[in-house]
Amino acid sequence: MSDGSDKGKPESSIPQPKPGDTGILAPGYTFTTLTDKLASIALSRRTPFVWFVGAAVGFMLSMVLLGALSYLVIRGIGIWGVNQPVGWGFEIVNFVWWIGIGHAGTLISAILLLLRQPWRNSINRFAEAMTIFAVACAGIYPAFHTGRPWLDYWLIPYPNAMNMWPNFRSPLIWDVFAVSTYATVSLLFWYVGMIPDLATLRDRAKKMWAKVVYGMLALGWRGSARHWQRYETASLLLAGLATPLVVSVHTVVSFDFAAGIVPGWHATIFPPYFVAGAVYAGFAMVLTLAIPLRKVYGLQDFITMRHLDNMAKIMLATGLIVGYGYCVEAFMAFYSGNTYERFMMWNRMEGPYKHMYWALLFCNIIAPQLLWFRKVRRSIPMLFVMAMIVNVGMWLERYVIVVVSLHRDFLPSSWGMYHGTFFDKATYIGTIGLFLALMFLFIRLLPMVSIFEMRAILPEAKVEEEEGA
Amino acid sequence: MTAPNRTRRGHGLHGLMAEFETPQELVDAAHHAREAGYTRLDAYTPYPIEALTEALHIQDRRLPAVVLGGGILGGLCGYALCYWTSVIAYPLNIGGKPYHSAPAFIVPTFECTILFAAFAAVLGMLGLNGLPMPYHPVFNAERFALASRDRFFLCIEARDPKFDREKVWAFLTGLKAHAVMDVDE
Repeated sequence: MSDGSDKGKPESSIPQPKPGDTGILAPGYTFTTLTDKLASIALSRRTPFVWFVGAAVGFMLSMVLLGALSYLVIRGIGIWGVNQPVGWGFEIVNFVWWIGIGHAGTLISAILLLLRQPWRNSINRFAEAMTIFAVACAGIYPAFHTGRPWLDYWLIPYPNAMNMWPNFRSPLIWDVFAVSTYATVSLLFWYVGMIPDLATLRDRAKKMWAKVVYGMLALGWRGSARHWQRYETASLLLAGLATPLVVSVHTVVSFDFAAGIVPGWHATIFPPYFVAGAVYAGFAMVLTLAIPLRKVYGLQDFITMRHLDNMAKIMLATGLIVGYGYCVEAFMAFYSGNTYERFMMWNRMEGPYKHMYWALLFCNIIAPQLLWFRKVRRSIPMLFVMAMIVNVGMWLERYVIVVVSLHRDFLPSSWGMYHGTFFDKATYIGTIGLFLALMFLFIRLLPMVSIFEMRAILPEAKVEEEEGA
Repeated sequence: MTAPNRTRRGHGLHGLMAEFETPQELVDAAHHAREAGYTRLDAYTPYPIEALTEALHIQDRRLPAVVLGGGILGGLCGYALCYWTSVIAYPLNIGGKPYHSAPAFIVPTFECTILFAAFAAVLGMLGLNGLPMPYHPVFNAERFALASRDRFFLCIEARDPKFDREKVWAFLTGLKAHAVMDVDE
């Protein structure tokens, strides 16, 4: 009758996160103190003054975005600097920049989960939030770049009275599929990851409305062992799905360029080099957010120097891949023997936008070499400066790829110059504001550090399988 | 469902709940409960414990199959959409390329595969878990709110064929439980 006796030898071969590793979590926490500290950020702690300042700035800049886009809808995209020959300006630069930033969130939440890296547990939640908000900002650009955003639903294949369908041979429709899938899957992954923590907030909340709202969002989660088993399976499967997805997204974004024939775009190195660049930019943004957050909310015990150090190392590694991409681009331009390819490279280095090219090389290749030094990686101000430099560098990279390739292509008679107008800049600053506003709302209302995954790396979470004990 | 709730008393009993302070105690208790022959039992913990899954003999392998099915369906739908659109419904001659341009259809097919599989994973997980569930009796247990914080609970349900309130109470008390409580329906 006791079928409990056939469970065989110890099967605890499941790699548990190393307990007692004080490197990723300060010692002395228990389930109780950890839960209370992390839940209090959303529930009971006084909102820091810095939050109000940041949220105010975010919302004000979001108003700039609304203004810029409203005027765009009234006047058309002529208010931007795009024209022949540069038909893709700030908007596509910013689109690629934002999409790239999102990639670090998926890398942290999915790839590091599959690789069983417990240090991701404290940073995955807000990195995923960053992904979603970055993709939201990115999506605005192509949607308005169509010129008639009220007709954007034409991009979706659906039976319609016009009897028209999208052209599936176009990389631009691939982009629609890739980015919308990415946004949807990221949102699902983020929400599913939050369900147990929303249940914690539901159970810890004192205010009625908080109980109701968190309760509804938690879907009645009760922490049943049967549920956890399926939940863990679902998380792993979602991570396994998100991993190829995230690689595919920036690959498809690079196809927008690589499938064209413009010199400087038509390169096979683009997919891997875009993906590496995306992770590079994304980790820079995670650092940009994590460094102030841990300070303001006193999360130094959870987001430790080990985390910052690890992220700096990933930045260094992906930065080197990006550097390799630049070298291959230059080499292939030379080695192709193609006049236009060679001119494109020369024009980048010596043409009217040369300062951008050299600034990009400085920001993305030269400056980050300081990260080889442990002292730099362990110095918070230096790390923050590095992250900002990379944020700027990756924006410049996309500017060089998009604008500098287009402004002088095959026919010298159709060369021209491009400069972003006031509205280009306002839209860009506006999306930064939208991103900040969403981020601040998230920090205030939702658990920004995954509470249940942090519990799992506490030393007291370790369970030994004692047979017949 | 074959086991009758033969020991229901009062206004209906969902089961008896024991509270433990450490995950180790809970896993040990789960082992003991299985060895004692209880089969209708569940544990509630603030984070996933793999040893508990083994201790309770939880083996549900349906979810991966659901996700695989979702992925395959997504892939077929994605390719069918591209093919039907480009070959049958709206053939466009683009640079003399064939209407059936398989390489160009890879990206939408791939994205649809991932999208459907991800929805299958999320909806499958929620569906198999019976979520969203607005009401569940375990929340009637006092102190159950701590299951999402720092306490570990084992519930032997009244529908267990071996369930007898007095015996189960004594059994759970003997397992170093911090507290034992009734769970009303």
